[in-house]
Amino acid sequence: MKITSQDVEYVANLARLKIHDDEKDKLIADIESIIEFADVLSEVDTENIEPTYHAIKAQNVLREDIVTNNYDRDELLSNAPSKQDGCFEVPKVVE
Amino acid sequence: MSYETVIGLEIHAELSTATKMYCGCPTSFGSEPNMHCCPICLAMPGTLPVLNKKAVEYAIKAGLAMNCSITDMGKQDRKNYFYPDLPKAYQISQLDTPICVNGYIDITPGGKTKRIRINRIHIEEDAGKLLHDAAGSSTLVDYNRGGTPLIEIVTEPDISSSEEARLFLESVKAILQYIEVSDCKMEQGSLRCDVNISVRKKGENKLGTRTEMKNINSFKAAVRAIDFESNRHIEEIEYGGKLIQETRRWDDAKGESFSMRGKEEAQDYRYFPDPDLVYIAVSDEMIAQIKNSLPELPAARKERYIGEYNLTPYDAEQITNSKHLADFFEECISCGATPKTVCNWLIGDIAKTLNEKNAEPADIPFSPAQLSKLIELIEKGTISNTAGKKVLSEMFEKARNPEEIVKELGLVQISDESALLRIITEVVSANPKSVEDYKAGKDKAIGYLIGQAMRATKGQGNPQIIAKLLKDELDKNI
Amino acid sequence: MNYYDLTAHEIHELLVKKEVTSVEVTNSVIERAEKTEPYIESYLERTFECAVNTARKVDEKIAKGEDISPLEGVPAALKDNLCTKGVKTTCASKMLENFVPCYDAFVVKKIKEQNSPVLGKLNMDEFAMGSSTETSYFKTTKNPYDINKVPGGSSGGCAAAVCAGSAVYALGSDTGGSIRQPASFCGVVGLKPTYGLVSRFGCVAFASSLDQIGPITRDVTDCANVLNSIVAHDELDSTSLDIPKVDYTKALTGDIRGMKIGIAADYIQDGINEDVKKAFLSAAETFKALGAQVGEYTMKAAKYALPAYYIISGAEASSNLARFDGIRYGYRSKKYEDLTELYKNTRSEGFGAEVKRRILVGTYALSAGYYDAYYKKAQKIRTVIINDFNEQFEKFDFIITPTTLSTAFSIGEKIENPLEMYLNDLCTVSVNIAGLPAISIPCGFDSGGMPIGLHIIGKALSEETILRAAYAFEQNTRFNKKRAIVKNKEGREI
Ligand SMILES: [Mg+2]
Ligand SMILES: [Zn+2]
Repeated sequence: MKITSQDVEYVANLARLKIHDDEKDKLIADIESIIEFADVLSEVDTENIEPTYHAIKAQNVLREDIVTNNYDRDELLSNAPSKQDGCFEVPKVVE
Repeated sequence: MSYETVIGLEIHAELSTATKMYCGCPTSFGSEPNMHCCPICLAMPGTLPVLNKKAVEYAIKAGLAMNCSITDMGKQDRKNYFYPDLPKAYQISQLDTPICVNGYIDITPGGKTKRIRINRIHIEEDAGKLLHDAAGSSTLVDYNRGGTPLIEIVTEPDISSSEEARLFLESVKAILQYIEVSDCKMEQGSLRCDVNISVRKKGENKLGTRTEMKNINSFKAAVRAIDFESNRHIEEIEYGGKLIQETRRWDDAKGESFSMRGKEEAQDYRYFPDPDLVYIAVSDEMIAQIKNSLPELPAARKERYIGEYNLTPYDAEQITNSKHLADFFEECISCGATPKTVCNWLIGDIAKTLNEKNAEPADIPFSPAQLSKLIELIEKGTISNTAGKKVLSEMFEKARNPEEIVKELGLVQISDESALLRIITEVVSANPKSVEDYKAGKDKAIGYLIGQAMRATKGQGNPQIIAKLLKDELDKNI
Repeated sequence: MNYYDLTAHEIHELLVKKEVTSVEVTNSVIERAEKTEPYIESYLERTFECAVNTARKVDEKIAKGEDISPLEGVPAALKDNLCTKGVKTTCASKMLENFVPCYDAFVVKKIKEQNSPVLGKLNMDEFAMGSSTETSYFKTTKNPYDINKVPGGSSGGCAAAVCAGSAVYALGSDTGGSIRQPASFCGVVGLKPTYGLVSRFGCVAFASSLDQIGPITRDVTDCANVLNSIVAHDELDSTSLDIPKVDYTKALTGDIRGMKIGIAADYIQDGINEDVKKAFLSAAETFKALGAQVGEYTMKAAKYALPAYYIISGAEASSNLARFDGIRYGYRSKKYEDLTELYKNTRSEGFGAEVKRRILVGTYALSAGYYDAYYKKAQKIRTVIINDFNEQFEKFDFIITPTTLSTAFSIGEKIENPLEMYLNDLCTVSVNIAGLPAISIPCGFDSGGMPIGLHIIGKALSEETILRAAYAFEQNTRFNKKRAIVKNKEGREI
């Protein structure tokens, strides 16, 4: 699959990554070569094959509805780059 | 030109589990920010989700109560997008294997039954809350609500008016409360709805351009938003404007919807099965067991009230739409009160008072026994109907036994005939003109005399007895 | 005798016989680390003091005549993607440069319960993405056999430390070969357990359906002992298997007579280094000599494993790494006016080139219009690969391949070309895709003296089988006895 500059910008925006002009060409080339590498998958006839999302089949792993929280708020906020009044702080979000 | 409106609803209901969907944090409402959090619901590196069993059971219960089929092998999918209230930057939801599918709820707009089909009910987790500090230049994030279990109920576009939407929402709320899986408090955000709406000319098959409205926080707001938006669509069509398929935000204070386009750009959620979670397998036994645990649902209860208590379909629906009200009603009856009378009180004065107070049936401060007592006092003639209304409003202020209130306010009705006769004699002799009028055939005059007698008893005389005694007295002198 | 050169079970014996104290052993390893670290650079964070405290506790226990478990008092170190309460856990990324978890990973808890003194956190490729430990934001770890060469990756710090004597054993993680390939490059033993056998809780996720934590040790006995200590059901990991407990050391009988072994014919054709091929074929002869039956096999889907792996792992990584947004923890850019800039600048400055590349590829594979052609297709290929393996395991008890087609390469040699780097995982990725257990053990040296690894793959939950085979091989070859001689740039032993 041919990868264009717009393709890379589109996914970069989805992934919230910024691409600088000086790295753009190499990045497009790298991604294209990886995607091309993956294009070999289309050779395989998988018409009647179900995808496997988990290598190990497991089902119904469920927890009981019992409160087990024992963390301290200050501890949980201790790694926050910016905080205020017991909250995580971000630039003003306009809804 | 006449139009028809095509409406589909997406209803998010918070499940009333003790803990969040994927961690052991409590779901309690209204505490200090970020107190109900842990490394898992804050999406700290390396943490993993484990699904709450009760949330699954509740979702199945809701599905069965809404006539859905249950998916035997479901998965959970990641919906990827960045927003500060979403700590993992993906919401765990369900894409193509919702836990419940193909259900319906019947509503009765204008007394006629209409079936609203439910496309799906799936489980997902709630997001946190953004607090907008009016003064500051920042937004604060509180993740207490983040990870709360939700079900999302998605209807087919079978709803044709704001009234039908309201009836459907009330039905959903009633069912969820009956089966006790959600407390459905819209003002606390535990029941929220998004509206998909389009209009088309009557008789046309093709659906019109659809818009989605978010941020609808009450049933009243849903009605207002639908009316506003369908009018906006019609105007756009009539005046040649161009409708675009978009997401809009309902501003209830302004009574208008606004385009949210800027924020919604690049909607590509890249759903994929969450590799941290395993399949949800639902066995026939599990379905049977949950089915058996279902209580009598609003629709069945309504039918029973019509048959058993002779209520009109309208009255029965008014009562059974609230589990609390219906339970209250039945307790009054087991205290010996007459069904029709209890019903009149509940959907009359009591409903009116709750409405004024913006309260729910669950907020009724007095007990069914106390209401039954009040009804008994009226029926026995101890107090008048008017006095009864006074007593009720006192009971709303401070729940006490009605006898006490009656005594305190001196509302006991005078039914003693000899005492009343004394007063009547006085009234008759004090009003010769009216007596003459009556004798001359002016029936209206008796009303005036009754009024005078009531006034003389300070309103405590039993009006029926007064009327009878007065008539006897007047007729005696003819 | 240098204590730092001993295996865990040798140390255990000496501790039990009171011929050495845990403090002495721990100090010996610490001294060795102080000496080699300037050249090897395997540690990102050292917790030496804490390790000595644990050792002292163990010594008191021994002095009181109490029994000790096999890893008690044996100093270990952890890959830096395993969360350690109160100790920085960086994933070798600028993004988590100052991140201090308030929780321990499940396996860290297990190691602490064992009273294994924890020496610190080991270098890796950033977020475990890489095969050389060169994508680390902080430093490039060197191969103790030749400091001009890479130790492999992503658990390169683990393999280098265990090889150099600056940790007796280590816990690493393996998403596509990240335990086995560095073990092979550094001449140590590395095991990737069956998916679900070891809890992933607290291991910073790269690709959730492929990641698995495992031991890196100096011999197979240590491997079995470490595995014993970290295998347990964990209620905090939905994919953690709830199965009866097994004592893996019981499998170390040395007897593999009558076992059926499959040799991967595919991997010894093109692109394989001649020394590696020779060592591999000679390993097959060893097994034959030990009484096993050897047969060849080919896997139809073998050539699709690598591209499928890069799609699946990239897709999962793109989602797993989205949480690094500069809000709750981790790096936050200084340059932003609004939320979008905060996100984009934080993530662009906080992640290195390889991580960004994989996030972009993964995002692409999941994005509208490409999901079916890439992500879903790769998951279908996964089904084909699993079926392929199932077919092999009807004929064979276990199968062998070289761990890698060449020995450790030079630092800088492949870092500019991602695809060439990806080829390192050729023999290892299909195991992760199918969730199988596999071990890499030393099976020789190339003409330049660099270690060669033998890769033994078993069916799901057959850890006992592959440990039994590995042990029998080790007992009859003794490649594990060799210790690296760490030399400085001038070739002088340090
Ligand atoms: Mg939703
Ligand atoms: Zn939590």
